[in-house]
Amino acid sequence: MNVIIVLISISIIVAGGFLAAFLWAVRSGQYDDTYSPSVRMLFDEKKKKTKKNHPKG
Amino acid sequence: MLKRPSLSNQNCYHCGELCEDELINFDEKPFCCNGCKMVYEILNENDLCNYYDLQNSPGINLKNRNYEQKFAYLENKEIQNKLLNFSSKKLNKIVFSIPSIHCSSCIWLLEHLDRLREGIITSRVNFVRKEVSIDFNPEIVSLKTIVELLATIGYEPEINLQNASKSKSKKENRKLYLQIGVAGFAFGNIMMLSFPEYFGFEGLDDSVRMFITYINILLSLPVVFYSASGYFSSAYKGLQQKYINIDVPITIGVVALFVRSLYEILTQSGPGYLDSLAGLIFFLLIGKWFQSRTYESLSFERDYKSYFPLAVARVAENESEMVQITELNEGDIIEVRNQEIIPGDAELISDTASIDYSFVTGEAETIQKNQGDYIYAGGRQVGSTICLKIKKAVSQSYLTQLWNNEAFNEENTYDSLINQISKYFTLVILLIALISAGYWYFVEPSHILNSFTAVLIVACPCALSLATPFTLGNAMTILGSNKLYLKHINVLEKLWNITSIVFDKTGTLTKSEEAKLTFEGEELSSQEVSLIISLVAHSTHPLSRAIAKHYNDTAVFASVVNFKEIEGQGLSAIIEKSLVQLGSAKFIGAQVDESNSTDASRVYAKINEDIKGYFNIRSSYRSGLSALIQRLGNSYNLSVLSGDNASEEANLKPIFGQNSTFAFNQKPEQKLAYIADLQAKGEQVLMLGDGLNDAGALKKAEVGFAVTEDVTAFTPACDAIIYGKNLTELSRYLSFAKQSKKVILVSFAISFLYNFIGLSLAVTAQITPLFAAILMPLSSITVVAFATFAVRFLAYRHKLV
Repeated sequence: MNVIIVLISISIIVAGGFLAAFLWAVRSGQYDDTYSPSVRMLFDEKKKKTKKNHPKG
Repeated sequence: MLKRPSLSNQNCYHCGELCEDELINFDEKPFCCNGCKMVYEILNENDLCNYYDLQNSPGINLKNRNYEQKFAYLENKEIQNKLLNFSSKKLNKIVFSIPSIHCSSCIWLLEHLDRLREGIITSRVNFVRKEVSIDFNPEIVSLKTIVELLATIGYEPEINLQNASKSKSKKENRKLYLQIGVAGFAFGNIMMLSFPEYFGFEGLDDSVRMFITYINILLSLPVVFYSASGYFSSAYKGLQQKYINIDVPITIGVVALFVRSLYEILTQSGPGYLDSLAGLIFFLLIGKWFQSRTYESLSFERDYKSYFPLAVARVAENESEMVQITELNEGDIIEVRNQEIIPGDAELISDTASIDYSFVTGEAETIQKNQGDYIYAGGRQVGSTICLKIKKAVSQSYLTQLWNNEAFNEENTYDSLINQISKYFTLVILLIALISAGYWYFVEPSHILNSFTAVLIVACPCALSLATPFTLGNAMTILGSNKLYLKHINVLEKLWNITSIVFDKTGTLTKSEEAKLTFEGEELSSQEVSLIISLVAHSTHPLSRAIAKHYNDTAVFASVVNFKEIEGQGLSAIIEKSLVQLGSAKFIGAQVDESNSTDASRVYAKINEDIKGYFNIRSSYRSGLSALIQRLGNSYNLSVLSGDNASEEANLKPIFGQNSTFAFNQKPEQKLAYIADLQAKGEQVLMLGDGLNDAGALKKAEVGFAVTEDVTAFTPACDAIIYGKNLTELSRYLSFAKQSKKVILVSFAISFLYNFIGLSLAVTAQITPLFAAILMPLSSITVVAFATFAVRFLAYRHKLV
């Protein structure tokens, strides 16, 4: 079998992996809000540990 | 008159507003009102002052807010079930829409609600949609407590049963992203795999060549059957209604491309046009996405239901229970508490009520009602709890009846420019295809199919259908940055044809909050002014507040004896041994000079036995209004509709000139009928209004703009929302919108030119896959680039960027 057929197959599969990642990202709602994650990651969570007054779950 | 600078020039630490009326120092920080101070206290106690570090003064102003009892209806189980997304014993989930979310501090605070109240498990903000989803334990904290907590810290949620329907559009948006992703993936890969073909590599095996073309077919299947499915169904729907929309030629082109490519590949007569096919759909979907971008956080669909409460307290046999307002019947007795909205037309049972109709009419003054008076739905009770007897069911009331008008059920018959063109376009293309097929039938029969499909492929209106979304989408973004928020880009198309503009008066032409106050009569000494101010300081009536604000620099006497406020008439008290009276002419005992009575709100002043004169209080018009009207008057017919009496006509005439029409004492249905009348005369109407009473007219008009001082505040259903401050720029916005039509027409011309070049090659059966693969993206990109730059240039010319 021609090696280029193998390479093309592999490249399509790799690209398909990225497509699947994109589809997953959209479905899980990552494109619904494009602003707050950028801010959320900057929040300082340190103080939270000093006060533990809420039951989880 | 003296005008003293405001109390301090300090800005509130919480909300950032100037501390004008009051200045509270707490914790060495300035606050403008108790509400703001209280929020700070709450946050400080709970170690949440990070809120203030993320942004300066992020808070929401809490002046004039009162939440006591307002959310009692949330204890009703049925209503809870409708609002909750999920409920179990220990876990409830709910999504609130909170219009006042505006910065990163808001996100931070709302995601740390668990520290403010035990029982809240997590909370998460969606900033784009201005929503927060909260999980909480109903055994520890009730829904009502959470809503009250949100309201006290300045994030009052908008609760109504309409909210639930929003999640649908979210799913549609996701589907579009998925379709674009699939099409883009296929486009890129097919194009890459087609490169050898483009460059005419001779070295490739036939087996490799076949392999590549079969992979291409595989890749194109999801594009045709998933990504392009929207175009097929839209074209089918259009044809069912005997109507050729732009999706019909697109569908023909896609089918022609796909069938011809399959045929070529399966018979091994050629490589097909699958790359052009995937590219075409990819570009089309991008245009669709550009078109579908909207202001998600703004609501253009609100009707009375989103404004009325969900439930109200019904009194039956000495017990009161919360019932949903749709279940209210004639004869029911209801209790309406402070700040609650009266849900149906009713008769007052309590002695007095003061009703604020500002949402309905835009009028800021409260109206006094006495026992037995008929009260229309939509007013807000200010003061103590009142009892009412329902006279008409909610959907039948004076105000809500407007929504039974057929204007609210009319199908949107609007025909966009592109669809008007597509009819002729499709027919011409089919004709050309048939003619060229007929020609080849006689000359060279083997070319028949080739040239027939080539015509359909080349003529596929990709560039044509991108012109409108990119031109208007850009225009909409530019207008949005100028505080005019359109519901959809087709509002711009409708603006092209407007011939007549109708204004509501109160709240639209006038500013509802600011009143112009003049004193007519003998000049008051400072002692007398002080006496009057001491008196009004004891009253919360809007006219009293207006007077107090006018003289906010005057000293106030402490000893006010025998203060009396007779509702609907006036005030009196003994101050510094003088009897001071303020109120209507009748109350004071003044002779009214009928000849020059303009009926503007007048407050007469009487000190001891001496009638000093009267305060003339009239609403003030927006600055720059007359310049705007002059500019608009040249190209549009103007009218003013007002729910008030004709007293303002004398003031409006000089602004609007002789050619404008005025109509006073207009009821909501009459406003709607006025628009319908204009339309019957062949006019296309732009209506500007602000209250619920304009809702019918806004809906009936070709384009309805809701005017607001604050986009997060309530606005009736409309096509666009405009900031009151930007209203005076309306003429520029309209001229910009009109000129955008020219951009579209030129874009059409460009894409027709490409079509012409392509067609002339197609009919001569000279088209190759490479040529198609270049022509299609090239034409699309030219049109998109032209549309974008031309709109930017227009905006620059109109000083909008």
